[in-house]
Amino acid sequence: MTAVESSLPNQVKLGTAVTAVFRRDLLLAYRHRGELVNPVLFFFLVSMLIPLGVSPNPEVLALLAPGIIWVMALLATLLSMDGLFRGDFDDGSLEQLVVSPHPMYLLVLAKVVVHWLVTGLPLTLVSPLLGLWMALPPDGFVALFLSLLIGTVTLSMIGAIGAGLTVALRKGGVLISLIIIPFYTPVLLFGTVAVSNAINGLPYAGLLAILGSFMALSMGLAPLATAGAIKISING
Amino acid sequence: MGWQWFHRLGSPRWFYEKTGPWVFWLGLAALILLAVGTLWGLGFAPVERLQGNSYRIIYIHLPLAFLSMAGYYIMAISGAIGLIWKMKLADMVMKSAAPIGAVLTFLALFTGAVWGKPTWGTWFEWRDPRIASTMLLFFLYLGVIALQASYQNQQMADRFSAILAIVGTVNIPIMYGSVYWWNSLHQGATIKFTGGTSMHPSMLYPLMVMIAGFYCFYAYALLKSVRAEVLHREYRTQWVKDLVSSNRAV
Amino acid sequence: MDFQFESFGEFLAMNGHGAYVWACFAVTFALMLYLAFAPDIRVRQFIRQQKRLERRMAAARSGELESG
Repeated sequence: MTAVESSLPNQVKLGTAVTAVFRRDLLLAYRHRGELVNPVLFFFLVSMLIPLGVSPNPEVLALLAPGIIWVMALLATLLSMDGLFRGDFDDGSLEQLVVSPHPMYLLVLAKVVVHWLVTGLPLTLVSPLLGLWMALPPDGFVALFLSLLIGTVTLSMIGAIGAGLTVALRKGGVLISLIIIPFYTPVLLFGTVAVSNAINGLPYAGLLAILGSFMALSMGLAPLATAGAIKISING
Repeated sequence: MGWQWFHRLGSPRWFYEKTGPWVFWLGLAALILLAVGTLWGLGFAPVERLQGNSYRIIYIHLPLAFLSMAGYYIMAISGAIGLIWKMKLADMVMKSAAPIGAVLTFLALFTGAVWGKPTWGTWFEWRDPRIASTMLLFFLYLGVIALQASYQNQQMADRFSAILAIVGTVNIPIMYGSVYWWNSLHQGATIKFTGGTSMHPSMLYPLMVMIAGFYCFYAYALLKSVRAEVLHREYRTQWVKDLVSSNRAV
Repeated sequence: MDFQFESFGEFLAMNGHGAYVWACFAVTFALMLYLAFAPDIRVRQFIRQQKRLERRMAAARSGELESG
């Protein structure tokens, strides 16, 4: 790799390439800001079905709230996944990523971090509102916010594997959910228990630490699998 | 010698011709072991003190539970070999292992549920970590099968499902760990089936016969499935054409 | 090592657990039979398909000869 890099004139530096991908994706997201609202809207709309469909009783809602909010955040992330590489695949810019001399791991990581910034982060930011809606007990709010903040990073990282595996198909929608949901269960379990522990006055810092270790592990390994899947999608 | 056998294994033709005689002997071994184990387990092993005769389900449930897990690793490892060494045969093993593993995992869940009814009074119990984690394993298999089925291009299908299977192996310990931990918070229903090592030899020996029988059966089913896959994928080659016209394939 | 049941009827009944035990073994062995013989069916179909293809190719070839 280094031999090739030094032999090419006007070679783009690694740092420059990564920031370029990062800024480009952010800009693209900004240009399509109408779509940015969709996962958040979905988050609220589907959560609304719970009081309507199960029970409007605040006591029941308070019991369900940690799980419901976490499940909805998970589904909203999943729904946004299909679009992660789709546009880049169609217009050929994903191919540029594959032929670039830089390690794909970092370029993919940059793309997924942007995905988190425009889906996972907004979902986390509005989650306290949803907590109010769902009659979440006051002690749960901080834990909900923090667990989602850390957990949605992992959701984006793992979801990107599904997006990479299905980008060469015309429609990946349901398939992504089928293959990715089992991988989401550990995050969901630790996230909801962290919130319920906070509500019940039990310690939850350790659970956040475990969620943090999931995040580190997924950031370290998932982009490798995603990059592999993208390479196969491009090269056949 | 050395690595020659490994490269030969990459040749579907060599594999097909070499393993032809194995099919019969593996099938025979599976049949004998399963017949002996079933008769022994159902008729001659003593009745369990607490659960009565319903415990006899263990003679198929436990081997199925073993195989459901082993089958996933066989699938993932052959997927990895196919991905790294571009070995066609390994891809075929991976593709064939997925539905077999899924059926065996389903059976592990099914026999567990039927056993649960007389033992716990319920068909399904989320609070038992083994059930919840086997359920997850079943969905992992279905994911690999779904991904494999959604690509027309066989080579892409193989590579993608290999990646998914490998990611699965990284995740299985985490998933199992989480589910067991989570269940420990909801204690109450978990009942130990049998005391593991404390099982009396008169019950243990038929179980071991059954486990050996199920492993033979797995090898038999996988081998036959891979051989069928070889024919399908190599249909353009002369040796398959000769095989077809000489009626020696079945 | 003795047979644990007095009669074949008792063996089937298994003290009331017969339905559970026998259902498990029946479903398991049925699906195992399917796993064992599905490849054979697949190979038969494959051979039939290939032979049909061969015949059609041969017919096409002889047709070409006649017309040419």
